[in-house]
Amino acid sequence: MDLAQGGPATALGVPSIDVAAVLPLLIIFTAGAVGVLLEAALPRQQRWPAQVALSLASVVGAGVALAFYATGDFERLTTFRAEEASSGALAVDAPALFLWGTLLALGLLALLLIADRSVEPGGAFVSRAALRGNAGGTDTLTTEKTFTGMQTEVFPLTLFALGGMMTFCAANDLLTMFIALEVLSLPLYLMCGLARRRRLISQEAAVKYFLLGAFASAFFLYGVAMLYGYAGSVHLADIANAASGTDRSDTLLFAGFGLLAIGLLFKGSVGPFHTWTPDVYQGAPTPVTGFMAACTKVAAFGGLIRVLTVSFESTSWEWRGVLTAVAIVSMAIGAILGLTQRDVKRMIAYSSVAHAGFLLVGAMALTEDGLSATLFYLLAYGFTTLAAFGVISLVRDSSGEATDLSAWAGLAKRSPLVAAVFTFLLLALAGIPLTSGFVGKFAVFEAALSDGMAPLVVVALVASAVAAFFYLRVVVLMYFSEPAPDGPAVTVPGAFTTTAIAVGTIATLVLGVLPTFALDWASAGGFTF
Amino acid sequence: MTWLLALILLPLIGSAAVAVLRNNRRVAKLTAFVFSLATLALVVPLWLSYDPDGERLQQTSSMDWIPAWGIHISFGIDGIALVMIAVIGLLVPMVVLLFGVTDKLPSGRTPGGFLSLILLQQGLTIAVFAATDVFLFYVLFEVMLIPMYFLIGNYGGANRQYAAVKFFLYSFLGGLIMLASAIGAYSLAADELGQGTFDWQTLTEVVSQAPLTTQIWLFLGFFVAFAVKAPLVPFHTWLPDAAGQAPIGVAVILVGVLDKVGTFGFLRYSLPMFPDASAELAPLVLVLAVAGILYASIVAAGQQDMKRFIAYVSIAHFGFIALGIFAFTEQAQVGAVTYMLNHSLATGMLILVLGMVIARGGSTKISDYGGMSKVTPLLAGFLLVAGLSTMSLPGTNAFISEFLVLLGSFESRPVYAILATIGMILAAIYVLWTYQRIMQGPVRGDALVGAGGGPGTAQAPAKAARKAIKDVGSRELIVLVPLVALIIGLGVYPKPVLDTVTPSVQPTVSVGEGEGNE
Repeated sequence: MDLAQGGPATALGVPSIDVAAVLPLLIIFTAGAVGVLLEAALPRQQRWPAQVALSLASVVGAGVALAFYATGDFERLTTFRAEEASSGALAVDAPALFLWGTLLALGLLALLLIADRSVEPGGAFVSRAALRGNAGGTDTLTTEKTFTGMQTEVFPLTLFALGGMMTFCAANDLLTMFIALEVLSLPLYLMCGLARRRRLISQEAAVKYFLLGAFASAFFLYGVAMLYGYAGSVHLADIANAASGTDRSDTLLFAGFGLLAIGLLFKGSVGPFHTWTPDVYQGAPTPVTGFMAACTKVAAFGGLIRVLTVSFESTSWEWRGVLTAVAIVSMAIGAILGLTQRDVKRMIAYSSVAHAGFLLVGAMALTEDGLSATLFYLLAYGFTTLAAFGVISLVRDSSGEATDLSAWAGLAKRSPLVAAVFTFLLLALAGIPLTSGFVGKFAVFEAALSDGMAPLVVVALVASAVAAFFYLRVVVLMYFSEPAPDGPAVTVPGAFTTTAIAVGTIATLVLGVLPTFALDWASAGGFTF
Repeated sequence: MTWLLALILLPLIGSAAVAVLRNNRRVAKLTAFVFSLATLALVVPLWLSYDPDGERLQQTSSMDWIPAWGIHISFGIDGIALVMIAVIGLLVPMVVLLFGVTDKLPSGRTPGGFLSLILLQQGLTIAVFAATDVFLFYVLFEVMLIPMYFLIGNYGGANRQYAAVKFFLYSFLGGLIMLASAIGAYSLAADELGQGTFDWQTLTEVVSQAPLTTQIWLFLGFFVAFAVKAPLVPFHTWLPDAAGQAPIGVAVILVGVLDKVGTFGFLRYSLPMFPDASAELAPLVLVLAVAGILYASIVAAGQQDMKRFIAYVSIAHFGFIALGIFAFTEQAQVGAVTYMLNHSLATGMLILVLGMVIARGGSTKISDYGGMSKVTPLLAGFLLVAGLSTMSLPGTNAFISEFLVLLGSFESRPVYAILATIGMILAAIYVLWTYQRIMQGPVRGDALVGAGGGPGTAQAPAKAARKAIKDVGSRELIVLVPLVALIIGLGVYPKPVLDTVTPSVQPTVSVGEGEGNE
């Protein structure tokens, strides 16, 4: 497991790598690299089928490898953790396996959404914006003008981002974590700018995300530097030892922790570090938004909860107050600003800020219950959000996606099924019982309450009630309002999008009604280091 | 499978069947009616198999749901739940039968969806009364809001969107606060037993031993949810909007049964689980109850809109029920429980009859009517019976309940009882005055006079109105006659209900008695 074993040059040996454990990672990264080659080697017409087949196969293959490792050889898993991982760069422990599974499942659905070409000709990532109408220009290449190909670079980018996320939530030292952070972020910045039909808003989103993301990375790196100065090591476990066993300067420790936390909270779009979220969610192509909303959150909170549990558990009394305030701010911002939104994607963005607050409540609990609750919440939230963005991508008018709320009025009359599915997903986001959103909230609140955070739970409950209002507003619009005469039409989705929405919706229902199996997985074990 | 499970599942199956058949109006209506009648028929063996002096919970069944948190899907009934289940079993067929007579759907809505939601609501409501797992109760308590939300929002009056959202948010927020308390009780049990559980009986045993401060916090969480639902002043403001905008049939179920979940919750959850806190905070509840009786009675008398009038009448009655529950005497609590039944019958009939008036006049404003008894004498008679039952005249069903509540609470809380008695006088004022404005005097009002045709008929409005407006039809008679029979029957011979309810109330009373009468 010593992928990045440091040390003087003389001591450089062959690192011991448990290939079976990191096989899912290897598959994803290899497939990403192969995808880049395909992009260069294949003629344009063949790229889409090749890339789609490659990405889907690699994600499924990684999932199979993960399943084999997690189920077939659990004995070895435990011994391996005890011996090898203590100085390793990656910790493939039970939470990491759960997070990997979550990321792969969500990544698969996101890939399906990204690959879809039926909703709009050529998909959201069409290579030429000019395809819509006579966007004046030279027509020297008439063959290319009718070609509705897709910018297939998005597939390797997605795979790299996915691999980065998986590394991020298994990273056992801060440097690995930082590299993983960059590996997951850089492709995302690019992917945000890929909406060629709505070029300005998309590129604006990409630039905003990049600039703010770069700041957040810098904060993270400063934090790493300070913690290194404090503990003399970037290993999470060493920081914990240093914090409990010495009387070194607390200033370094807490300044380091604060900067590190800012970087992590930024990625998780926790308020008040959320300011990029609404713009980026709105501007990015909807499938990418779905991918970001679901998977980035999983990675960010996976990393955050690992850092909090492994490195900073002994000092939890010092930082818990600060994070409590952050959680409250996040829930309040999400719930209250969500009320004022007129755009569906921005509304879901603020909802994700509120959800980040709820997740933080669970992540702070630092108990077994808190860990499993947070993991379950991430899984549940990811499926629901992805399906929701899938539905959003279907509702369109002549100028593309109709994300303005007024366009959704009376949708239930025109397409009852889409309205019903979206209503169900909104109810799940609101946390109504019999949906996964409720079980997740319940688990998180239960963990927080048992860990003595009753006031925070009450605030969270009030925030859920406030947030329920803006979800309901959409339901009201869809069901109780008369449709506008020139309202949007609902595109009949192709097999890819249909599968993604169906799987997301069914998962939301199953995790809400019969959550036991997923809860068992989530509570299979704690972090090792 | 117990009778109870069958009773929960049957309406749900019916709801799905109607939803499938919704495109054929006639078949959908018939299916809905058959299912609602079959549900009513199932109430009979349930009632017969219930032994009032047997176990506290009967017809029990249980299966694991989420073992990690000790959550079961378990059902069972006591006498209180039995009575409430019987009431909704009785009211739903009436609503289905009168569908189309009293309710005019907004344009573009089909009856299939409406009836399917009504049956769904019925199944969920029965399940709420039957749940014996606190988590399951919470889940049903919230899920139950969804069909009602769509019933009001899709099929209600002009201001239905506002009313539906307000209804949902009030109850949802109340429910969430209850959830916090439920989790609190759960972690208390987890500390005490080593393994958390949501089983009502186990949880009750553990939590009722908790220190007073803990109990008070947990009690308040449940109290807010139930006070919103019941509704007690000042948590009541959603009801006039919701009931005012809901279609008549929905208003019957909302006011008649759904709101009783609140008072039922006081009896099933608040009192047994938090006995010390209940006794400690009883004065608070009693103040709200009596304030509600007086305030809502006065406001009811001033209402211009018939449906809002009913809402305020109900709020006043819920004050009486809460007074009875928190007076901690057996008489008062038996009175409160039978009041829950009798209020459903009396108010249910009042809503239905006023719905018939509205269906004839096409307006909900009281001032649009006048002298209607000259046009539809039979309807006027039914309104009078419903009204008299609402004001608890001796000989009607509600009298015995109100009498027991006042008698029982006078023993332990004389001041509150005396203040509440003023509510009886106010009840006579609002009922009789409303009846007088609608039914008595010369035929007048836009709804009646306008119905006769053009302005040329103004010289003989009564004659013209009589031509245009028909008296009670056969379908309406089928619904109203059994209600009148029950109202008078239970007024003269309330013993069967009292016998069923009394043993179920006794444990709650003994729970509160220790501290309640100090």
